[in-house]
Amino acid sequence: MRVRALAFRILNQFRHDRRTLALMLVAPVFLLTLVYFILADTVPIVKVAVVNAPAGFEDRLEEYNVRGIRYEENEARRALELGEVIAAIRIIGGKSYIDIDGSNPAKAKVALAAMEQARTSLMLSRADLKSQVNYVYGQEDLPTFDNFGATLIGFIIFFFVFLVSGISFLQERNSGTLEKLLSTPIRRWEIVVGYVLGFGIFTVLQSFLISWFCVYGLKVMMIGSFALILLITLLTAIIALTLGILMSTLANNEFQMIQFIPLIIVPQIFFSGLFDLPAGIEVIGYVMPLYYIADALTEVMIKGNGFAFIAGDLGVILAYSVLFMTLNTLLLKKYRRV
Amino acid sequence: MMEERSYPHAPQKEQHNSDSNKSSYCIVVRDVHKYFGDKHVLKGISLEIPYGKIYGLLGPSGCGKTTMVKIIAGLLEATSGEVDVLDEPMPQLSLMNKLGYMAQSDALYGTLTAGENLRFFGSIYGMNKGEIKKRIREVMALVNLSNDIDKPVQHYSGGMKRRLSLAMAILHHPPVLVLDEPTVGIDPLLRKDIWAELNKIAAQGVTILVTTHVMDEAEKCHQLAMMRDGRIIAKGTSRELQERIGVNSLEEAFLYYGGQQDES
Repeated sequence: MRVRALAFRILNQFRHDRRTLALMLVAPVFLLTLVYFILADTVPIVKVAVVNAPAGFEDRLEEYNVRGIRYEENEARRALELGEVIAAIRIIGGKSYIDIDGSNPAKAKVALAAMEQARTSLMLSRADLKSQVNYVYGQEDLPTFDNFGATLIGFIIFFFVFLVSGISFLQERNSGTLEKLLSTPIRRWEIVVGYVLGFGIFTVLQSFLISWFCVYGLKVMMIGSFALILLITLLTAIIALTLGILMSTLANNEFQMIQFIPLIIVPQIFFSGLFDLPAGIEVIGYVMPLYYIADALTEVMIKGNGFAFIAGDLGVILAYSVLFMTLNTLLLKKYRRV
Repeated sequence: MMEERSYPHAPQKEQHNSDSNKSSYCIVVRDVHKYFGDKHVLKGISLEIPYGKIYGLLGPSGCGKTTMVKIIAGLLEATSGEVDVLDEPMPQLSLMNKLGYMAQSDALYGTLTAGENLRFFGSIYGMNKGEIKKRIREVMALVNLSNDIDKPVQHYSGGMKRRLSLAMAILHHPPVLVLDEPTVGIDPLLRKDIWAELNKIAAQGVTILVTTHVMDEAEKCHQLAMMRDGRIIAKGTSRELQERIGVNSLEEAFLYYGGQQDES
């Protein structure tokens, strides 16, 4: 009852505050469109599984900045699925058979070119036979945006919900309405859940709009289920919301809330899987929510995988949300013990 | 959530049931000390506030009035000492429904209209829709804002916000009202009206605790406690306080009692 009242009030505030409403709905669409037009190709480190090829093939690959690693046939397939390598090559009777992961188009392009070059410079292969290329994920000429797109949807929802929910809660605290609220019989957890519900309902709308725009407007590659995308984005909103409220308790004003952007938000992009990082540093990404969000979105949108593949990611996101909500409830103790 | 709604209407003094050693006071404060870090803000405050009276807490700003009323309202906790409201120890969630609190700063949602603000707190207090609708009309008429119910609060003047805050505090018919500087920024005419209303509310049996730093306002309280530097320097009715030392104004009385404290 009280939770519903609180959720309803938050929606009501959105309704009256057109500008924030626009920020939450229009700004993400605007940003995604910009990135879509701007994004240029990048050249990353590329690893290729070499299943069957003449000796010296790896050395040739190295000349084109691609690392060849020997694999057994089925191991190669596994490595490809796990994303350890971008492609697997077999050269049989001079003809090469290539399985490639097209979900990262920039890498795929580099790998393909290098393999072709390395092959033709070897005596044993026959340059006149065309390679047979099989796309395991993605497709030929998948634009870079598709790879980024999935992660970006997650990031943009995360960013805006974090900011707006954090500032809303901060205002609740600074305007004295939190104190007024705590002078009523409302329980501390009811405040937290009410916030999650109110913002949750609103972010369903936001998630739907952004996902729909990306899939049908920008035509980002999407072979999975749209419902799963909505589920992931909704959980993204909830984790961003609970983290936003949590961080707002550490801020004294709106400006200090903004200061969390370079501290909390930006680093998450670097560790979200978009960039290739040294193995040691990469581990840091495992504590960052956006890493799991990006992974789940990529699994569904580009690899077309079902719920079973993202259950782990969703579990982590949910566990984080519950942790943040519990912390929020505990932190409210600072204002009222009971 | 409904179980806490045992006080839907104007209170009767007999409503609480621990009648064995029931005190005759609505609010009892016993030797309350409060520290904020090293700062000793309240230094052994004791108060007995009778039912159905307007009780004034008079003192200059910074003397600890707000800290005291926040402890009574359950928003802060005393470092030591006890506070009973309606014979039950504070802070307690079930007591929150029986208490109307108005903070020194207006705690309102600016983007929402007055009606939406009131409806929100009405449902937080567990009132039903019909009840809320009826009460909004009543309390807004009381504070003279009937024509501004659908106006966003951010377009309200300072005085209007103050009055809306008061309306908000009495919305759920609390038997105990705690008002922190309720008439700051309100013009004299309206202040008079509000005091008339407070008297009416008190006559219905509601106990009202008011803080103020204005002498002529303290004059209007049934009983007073003068506060300085975290201590109570005198208690009684306005007349008693003056007659006891033979002066003709509260201001003089305040200076006298304050001076006495300095000597001791």
